[in-house]
Order: sequence, then structure tokens, then C-alpha cells
Amino acid sequence: MAVDSIKLIDIIKAIADKINEKREYLTQLDSAIGDADHGINMSKGFKAVVEKITNMGDKDCGTILKTVGMTLVSTVGGASGPLYGTAFMKAGQAVAGKVNLDFNDLISVCEAALEGIKYRGKAEKGEKTIVDALEPAVEALRKHRSEGLKTALQEAVKAAKKGMEYTKNIIAKKGRASYLGERSLGHQDPGATSCYIMLETLADQLLDKKS
Amino acid sequence: MKKIINNPEYVVEEMLEGMVRAFPQYVRKLEGYNVIVRADAPVKGKVALVSGGGSGHEPSHAGYVGKGMLDAGVAGAVFTSPTPDQIFEAIKAVDGGAGVLLVIKNYTGDVMNFEMAADMARAEGIEVESVIVNDDVAVENSTYTVGRRGIAGTVFVHKIAGAKAQAGGTLEEVKAVAEKVIKNVRSMGMALTPCIVPAAGKPTFTIGDDEMEIGMGIHGEPGTMRTKLMKADEVVDHLMSKILADLPLESGDEVAVMINGLGGTPLMELFIMNKKVGQILDGKGIKVFRTYVGEFMTSLEMAGASVTLLKLDDELKSLLSAPADTPAFKQL
Repeated sequence: MAVDSIKLIDIIKAIADKINEKREYLTQLDSAIGDADHGINMSKGFKAVVEKITNMGDKDCGTILKTVGMTLVSTVGGASGPLYGTAFMKAGQAVAGKVNLDFNDLISVCEAALEGIKYRGKAEKGEKTIVDALEPAVEALRKHRSEGLKTALQEAVKAAKKGMEYTKNIIAKKGRASYLGERSLGHQDPGATSCYIMLETLADQLLDKKS
Repeated sequence: MKKIINNPEYVVEEMLEGMVRAFPQYVRKLEGYNVIVRADAPVKGKVALVSGGGSGHEPSHAGYVGKGMLDAGVAGAVFTSPTPDQIFEAIKAVDGGAGVLLVIKNYTGDVMNFEMAADMARAEGIEVESVIVNDDVAVENSTYTVGRRGIAGTVFVHKIAGAKAQAGGTLEEVKAVAEKVIKNVRSMGMALTPCIVPAAGKPTFTIGDDEMEIGMGIHGEPGTMRTKLMKADEVVDHLMSKILADLPLESGDEVAVMINGLGGTPLMELFIMNKKVGQILDGKGIKVFRTYVGEFMTSLEMAGASVTLLKLDDELKSLLSAPADTPAFKQL
């Protein structure tokens, strides 16, 4: 596997399309336990991202990812902006200057994104947040690294999905949903869901599946 | 959705433009940013106060930009925290060389975005401090939550810290008095109806015609308890008992009272609530120093209200009484 800048831009565009497609769904999840804007704000942010990066094919992957992060920070707002923004900025730092990303780089990107989100949100697994989808995915990538890209990615997506679904069974301890206490039970976390959507789209793109 | 708007995407920009047209003597908008600053910003040598948050809480916060209160109000999308770049522009525009205090309501997004902006400003050599307002007693302050929310009590922070800055207080002094307000202010709200975020087009929650939600936040987040409709006196009793349980007051203490409408509540009902608040305080021998009844921190068209009590000492009384001249808060 090798992802060059053009391919990276395609992947991010595919993520933007998917987020836009799931806009109502994410907003609906957020209205149950948050403030009903996750889909709206994420879709707005990724629309701006696509405008910014479309002509960045001559830039390195690190710069592109950093641009994605900075654009999300300045357009999404709420908690998702700084969280996903920091994730992409850290991911960009992890592969600064690289024009091609290999499988190990991809893992570094995901690890850095996770680290960024945990730092900015001061969150741990089990608090009903993005981390519940992203951390299991990163763990699966590491665990199945030796089995190659395809298996590792498939396992990561599976783990992210499981983590996302698990958020239904836990009480929110971060963000607005935490005010609900036990009333947050039974609802899937919108942030974990958008994170799963991104990972699934990434895998589909890398494994040449139509998303 | 029935709203007097043009396009949900532009409600914030259009609102701010209308506001600047209404109050050009008080405020101007930063070109390219949804930031309202004092018309005469930066005020040289004065500590500047910057607040902000999601839109939909008007007149918070831009309505409090003016002499004796805020130097800048940063407006995010409806119910969404503003972004760090916006807040950073606000800080730069109002810094008069004496430092900037950020007044943040305690929401995960607001805290993260304001912290990122503070980092950016410090990197440019601007002295920045921040305080986090968490007056809403409806939300338990436990390890299971991110802490209590900031609601209408924030306006008392603007007023009192703003007066301290206007009087020439240092950044350290202005921050200290803001912290003192935060320590002594408690609020709790309730709602009868949900509100509709323009971009979502649907009510934020559903509630029966004969029901009310106690502990409602100002973003349409569900409250902590849903009950059958109660009489005004019972509602106030409930809110006051939660507030007083958290803010120990003794006979002879003095307080400021704020009865805040959430956007869709007639003044008649707010005054009915204030009658009962006054009666309860009378019964406890607590003296009301000043009362504010009106819309200070709304939630779009939501019907409902919050009650805020601020325990006062001589310093807070004097700063609360100081003059303020802003679009939404005028005091001689």
C-alpha cells in the first residue's frame, strides 16, 4: 500500500461525502443526548475542508492533514471542532514532510489522532466519546499489524463498530451528554459514530471497495 | 419551523449586522468574523473582558459589550461554541495592553475552544487569564459529569468583573472578583416548551402539553426531571430549594436576584415568579439588594425561566451598583 497526496485527498473527500450523507443521522443521535448539531457542524466543516485541500495535490501528506485539522478547528465549533481538529493536526505532525504513506505511517497517523483527541478532550475509553470507537481501532491496527493491511484494517473497522455500539451501554462522562447521567444510557454516542464512519470510509477507500 | 429568517446558514451574521446597525454608538463588528467589540476598542490601559458562546442566547453575549461590561462578545453558530480563531481575533482587537480576561461558560466545547484561543494569544505575548462560570445547580457536580453548566449567572460575572476593569483593576484583581462572583452565584431553570435550532428545523426535544422540564439547560438539552405542570409558586419553591441548598444564606445576608426569561415567556410570568422568590427570601430574613427581571440569557424561543441568586458583600454590592452602558444592560 502507498497513499500519495492525491490519494489522500481522495480519501478525505470520500470521508466528507460520507459525513454529509450521514448528516441527518448524526444530528438525530446528537438530539437524543446532546444539542442536535453534530451532523450539521461536521458536514459544514468537511465541506470547508474539501474546498481547502482540493488543489493541494503538490503538497506533502503531513501538510494536507494539518490543513484538514486547522480547517476543522476554525469551522466546526462546539467540542467536535477542537477534538477532530487536534486529531488531524497531530496526525499531520506524525507524517510531516512525507509524500507517500505506507502501512506503518497509517498506523502512526491513527495513533497520533487518538493521542490528540485524548489530550484535548482529557478523555479515556469508557466515557461515551470518540475515544470509544478510535482507541479499539488503533489497538486492532497494532495487534494485527503483522497480518497485513487488509486484515488489520478490517479488524480495526470491526473494533471501531463494536466500540461505537458499546457506547449505548455506558453512561456519558464527558460533554453535554454527561449532564443526563443515567438518562444517557441506551443512546449511541454521535462522536463515536462519526469516528466510525471516518474509519470505515478510510478502509473502504484503501481496500478499493465502493463506499 | 416558523421563524423570521432568510437562510438558516446566515442567521448569526445577519443578526450581528442588524445589531451593529441598531447600536453603532456602542459596538462594531470585526470584519470577517462574528465578533462584536466596543466601538472604541481597544481601551488603552484597561483590562479587557471577552466572553462568548453559541448564538441563540441573545442578548448574551454581544448585547453586554459596552462601557462597564464586556469589550468583546464572540458569537458561535447557534448553540455551538465559537472557534479558536474567532476568539483569538477578539482578544487581539480588544487588548489594551493591560491583559484580557476570558469569561467562559462551563461547556466542553466552549472551554476547549477558549483554551486553544488563549494559547494562541499567549504565544503572541498577550496576557490572558480565564474564568469558568458554573452556576447551574440542576447539574450535579460529580466525577461523572464535566461539572455544572454556566447559565444566566454569567451576566453577573460580566457586570461585576466589567465594573472592576472599568474602575482600573489589574488583570489579577478583575479575575479575582470574577472568581468571587462565580463562587457566590447559583441558578436553576425550567422549561415549558422546546426551541428550534434554525439549521435543524425541528424542536430539540418533545414535551407533553401538560408537562414541564425542570433543570433544563439553555441549549435545549433535556433537563433532570419531567413533571406535570405545576403552579408558578410551586415551580419557584422547587428551584429555590435547590439553589438555597447549594448556596448557604443566613438571615441578614444580602443577595441580587435575576429572573431570566428563556425567550418565549411573558414578563407577566417572570414577575409572578419574582413575587414568590421575594416572599421566600423575606421569610428567611435575606435582603434583596437589587433585582433584575427580563431576558438576559435566552434559549431562542423556549418558554421557561431561570432563577439566579448572587450572595453579596460590600465589594460585590459596590461593583454591581456601578454604572453600565451597553445595548442590553443599562444602569445609571
